[in-house]
Amino acid sequence: MRIKMKLMYLTIVCTIATVLAGCEPLLVLDPKGPQAKTQADDIMLSIWLMSAIVIVVLAILIFVLIKYRASNQSEDYEPPHIEGSPLVEAICIGIPIIIVIFLSIVSVESNYKVEATPAGYEDQEPIVIYASSSNWKWHFSYPEQDIETVNYLYIPANRAIEFKLYSYGPITSFWIPQLGGQKYAMSDMVTTLHLAADAEGEFMGRNANFSGAGFAENTFEVTSMSQADFDEWVDEVHETADPLTDEKFEELLEPGHLGRSTYTGTHLEFSPAPEHDHGSTDSEVEEPKQEDHTDHESGKQTNHDNH
Amino acid sequence: MDFFNRFAVPHPSFLIYGAMVSIAIAMIAVVVGITYFKKWGYLWREWLTTVDHKRIGIMYLIVALLMLFRGGVDAIMMRYQLSMPDNTFLDSQHYNEVFTTHGIVMILFMAMPFITFFFNYLIPLQIGARDVAFPRLNALSFWLFFMGAMLFNMSFVVGGSPDSGWTSYFPLAGNEFSTSVGTNYYMIAIQIAGMGTLMTGINFITTILKMRAPGMKLMKMPMFTWSAFIANVIVVFAFPVLTVLLAMGTMDRLFGTNFFTTDNGGMDMLWANLFWVWGHPEVYILILPAFGLYSEIISTFARRNLYGYKSMVASMVVISIFSFLVWAHHFFTMGQGPLTNSIFSITTMAIAVPTGVKIFNWLFTLWKGKIVFTTPMLYSILFIPLFTLGGVTGVMLAMSAADYQYHNTMFLVAHFHNVIIPGVVYAMIAGLTFYWPKMFGFMLNEKLGKWTAWLLSVGFVLAFIPMYITGLDGQARRMYTYSESTGFSTLNMVSFIGAAIMAVAFALLVYNIYYSIRYASRDIGSDPWDARSLEWATHTPVPEYNFAIIPEVASTEAFWDSKKKGHELFKGKIEKIHMPNNSPLPFIMSCIFFVFGFSMVFSIWPVAIIALIGILACLTYRSFEKDHGRYISVEEIEETEAKLRGAKK
Ligand code: HEM
Ligand SMILES: [Cu+2]
Repeated sequence: MRIKMKLMYLTIVCTIATVLAGCEPLLVLDPKGPQAKTQADDIMLSIWLMSAIVIVVLAILIFVLIKYRASNQSEDYEPPHIEGSPLVEAICIGIPIIIVIFLSIVSVESNYKVEATPAGYEDQEPIVIYASSSNWKWHFSYPEQDIETVNYLYIPANRAIEFKLYSYGPITSFWIPQLGGQKYAMSDMVTTLHLAADAEGEFMGRNANFSGAGFAENTFEVTSMSQADFDEWVDEVHETADPLTDEKFEELLEPGHLGRSTYTGTHLEFSPAPEHDHGSTDSEVEEPKQEDHTDHESGKQTNHDNH
Repeated sequence: MDFFNRFAVPHPSFLIYGAMVSIAIAMIAVVVGITYFKKWGYLWREWLTTVDHKRIGIMYLIVALLMLFRGGVDAIMMRYQLSMPDNTFLDSQHYNEVFTTHGIVMILFMAMPFITFFFNYLIPLQIGARDVAFPRLNALSFWLFFMGAMLFNMSFVVGGSPDSGWTSYFPLAGNEFSTSVGTNYYMIAIQIAGMGTLMTGINFITTILKMRAPGMKLMKMPMFTWSAFIANVIVVFAFPVLTVLLAMGTMDRLFGTNFFTTDNGGMDMLWANLFWVWGHPEVYILILPAFGLYSEIISTFARRNLYGYKSMVASMVVISIFSFLVWAHHFFTMGQGPLTNSIFSITTMAIAVPTGVKIFNWLFTLWKGKIVFTTPMLYSILFIPLFTLGGVTGVMLAMSAADYQYHNTMFLVAHFHNVIIPGVVYAMIAGLTFYWPKMFGFMLNEKLGKWTAWLLSVGFVLAFIPMYITGLDGQARRMYTYSESTGFSTLNMVSFIGAAIMAVAFALLVYNIYYSIRYASRDIGSDPWDARSLEWATHTPVPEYNFAIIPEVASTEAFWDSKKKGHELFKGKIEKIHMPNNSPLPFIMSCIFFVFGFSMVFSIWPVAIIALIGILACLTYRSFEKDHGRYISVEEIEETEAKLRGAKK
C-alpha cells in the first residue's frame, strides 16, 4: 500500500510540476480582448471554487479512511445502523445549491456579455467581417472595405468586430482563443460572433470542430493592428490585389489547404451568405444585396425557404 | 470484379492488413479448437441457445472485455500518434477512423455490454427471482447486440471504418463528405445493437417491477437494483430517439432523403440535437449502474448500511429527469443566443446537485464504518476524488460563456474521460472483482488486483490531467497532428506515458485472471466478502434456478439480516420449479439480422430483402410457437441442493 500511495503522490506532484514548468501563460488564460477576458475570469473563478470542493471532498475522505479503517478499531466494533439524518442531508443539498445558484448568475451574466458588442466598445459601429469556411480553409470577406482574404485575418485593434460565420461544407467552428471563444459556422444559416482585440499583435485562429481529413491544418493567422495601419493595408490591397471572380472563388472552394491570398471585391456579391441569420443581437447590419443569382452548378449555396 | 471491389478498404495500410491476417488466424484457431475438443454441441446447447440470465450475462462480459481490448488498442495508437509533434505513425484518415471507432466501441460496445452484464447477472439474484421477465427476449437482446458489434468491427477490414467521429455530425457524415461505406456501418450496426438495448430496457423494467421476492417493496430494493431500474427507464425513453435518428441517417445515406443535408431544406443541426437528446441520457445510463455498484461495494466494506438510502434513490430519480433537459450543453456554440444557453447552462449545473448528494452519502457511509481495503473497495475509494474532479470540471463546462473556450478542445476530452474512467470503468472492474467469486467460485488475487488499481490510477492521472492544460492552451480535439511551435509536445508525451501505464494495468488484470484460475483457492464458500444483499444468499456456483426456495425479504439488506439478526430468508419447502426452454430462434434471427445489416451497408438489395423476409418469418414462427417451458422436479432440486451445500461448508 505504502509504495503505491507514494507512486500516486509522485504522479500528482509531477503533473503539477510540469504544469508550472510550462510557465508560458495558456492561450485561453491570456486574453487579449474583452470577450476572452470575461471567459478567462469565469474560468479562473470556477477553477478556484471547484478546487475548494475537490479539497473538501478529499479532506473528508482522508479523514474517514484514517479514522474508521478496520485496522484502527477493536475486533468487536460493530458499525451502527444509520438511516441518514435530514439535517445533514439538507446541508449536503443546500451548499451545492447555493454554489450552483451563484455560478448560474455568473453564467447568465456572461452569456449576455459574450453575445453582445464587447464591453467598452458599445458606442462604436462594429466592423463586419464575414468568415466562411470551406474544406479546409477560411475566407474572410470585408464588405465595407470590399476586399477578401484567404487563411489570414487583419483586424483593427480597439474596434468591435462582428463576425458573420457560415460554411461551404461541414460544420466548422471559428475560434481565436485569445480574443474569445468559438462559434459554429454552418451551411444553412449565418451565426454571429462578437469579438474585439484590446491590443495589437498576432493570434492563433483555427477551426475547432472536426471537419474531415484536412481538419488539423485548418488554421488561420490573425493580426491585430492600429486603425491607421489597417486602413493603409486596405488601400494597398485595392491597389495591388486581383479582383475575386466567380470562377476564381469556385477554384478556392476546392478541397485543400492553400496558403494566404488576397482579393478585391468579395464573394458575397455572387455567392451570398445563407439568408437565415441567427443570433445577431443588437447591431443590425445591412445584408449585402441578395441578387437573385442564377443557379450555378456549385449547388453549395442554400437558400432557405423564405420565412 | 466491380462487385467485389466495393468490399476493399479504401485506404489500406499495413495495420489494416495486419488486422486482417490476425483476425483470419484467430477465427481459424477458434474453429479448429472447438472442433478438436468436440465442443460444438456444448457450445450450441449451453451457450448459443441459452436463455439463462447468468449465461447471457457472461456472454455480455466476454464481448465487453474483447471490445475493451479493441478500443484500448485504438487509444494507444492515438496517444502514440500525438506523443510527438508531426508524427507520421498514422495519417489523418487513419487517425480519424481510429478516434471514431474508439468512441463508439468504448461507449456502445464496451461500457454498454459491461453494465448489461451486471444487469443480467445480478438483478434476478438481487431481487430473489429465477430469471428475467422475458428470458427469450433477453437472448434476442444479446444476440442482436452481438451481431451489431460484430458488424461494426467488420468495417475495419471490409469496406472501411466510419471516420466522422462517434458523434457523426452531418453534413460531414453525409454522402457528400463521407464517400466510403464507413458511415453506413455506423448507422446500421448501431441500429441493430440499439434494438437489443431497447429490449433489454423493457425486459429489466418489467423484471424489477414484477418479479421481486415477497416483502421486497420498492424502497427495500438493493441500491444496484434501483440504479439499474432507473437506468433502464432512461434507456426506454432515450433509445427510441437513437433508433429514429439512425433510421433518418440511413435514409439520407442510402435512399437520398434530405433530413440532414445542406440543401433541399435539410437541417444539419437536427442531427446534433437528436444525437444529444439520446447522447446525454446515454452517459447517465452508463454512470447510474456504476453508482449502484459503488453503493453495494462501499457499504459492504465499510461494514455498514448505506447512508441516506432515500436520498440516494431520490437523487437518481432527479438525475434521470434532468438528463433529458440538458442536451444543448453539447453545442452551446451553435448560436442559439444567450437565453437558450442560459437555460441549458442552469439545468446542467443543477444535475451536479444530486450527483453531489451521492458523493456525500458515500462519504457518510464510510463514517463510523469499519473499513476493509479490498480491491473492489480500493477502486471505490479512488473513484470518489477522481470522479469528483470530473464532475466539477463538468460544472465548469456548464458555464456556457466559458464553454465557448472549452468546447471541442482537449479540456472537454479530459472531462469526459475523467468521469467515464473513474466513474464507469473503475466500477466495472470493481464489480467484476467483487462478483467474480459469485460467478466462478474463486477470488481474483488481491495483491495483483490492488496493483492494477493503483497503476490504473497513476496512468489515468498522467494520461488525462495534462489534457485539461493543453485544452486551455488551444489544443483542439481530434487533430491528428500538431507542430512543434504549438508547445503541446511535452504534455502529450506525458499523456502517452500515462496511457501506456494504463495498458500495463489492463494487462495485469488479464494476468490476474490467468493467475487466479491457476492458483486461487476453490474453497471459499458462497459469501467470501461477508456481503449484505440477496445475491450472496444462494449457492456458489449459482444453480440454474437461482433459489430453491424464493426468499422472503424485510429490509434492504436481507442477507445481512439473516446472518446477524436471525431473519429467516427461506421459509416453506421445495416445490417443482418452472423454467423456460432454450431456443435457437434468437440466435438464428440475429444471424439473419447480421446478413440484413451487411447487405444494407453495401446496398445489396436482393439479399437485404430476402433477409428481411427471413426476419419476419422468424417473428411469425415465434408468434405461433407453443412452448410452455419445463419443470425441474423436486428430487432433482434436492439433489442439486445437497451437492451444493456439501461444497459450501
Ligand atoms: C456533474 C455532472 C456533469 C456535468 C455538469 C457535465 C457537463 C458536461 C458538459 C457541459 C459537456 C459538454 C461540453 C462541450 O461539448 O463543450 C459535457 C460533455 C460530456 N460529458 Fe459531461 N457532465 C457531467 C457528468 C458526466 C458524466 C457522469 C458522464 C459520463 C459518465 C459525462 C460524459 C460526458 C461526455 C461523454 C461528454 C462529451 C462527449 C463528446 O462531445 O464527445 N459527463 N459534460
Ligand atoms: Cu451531456
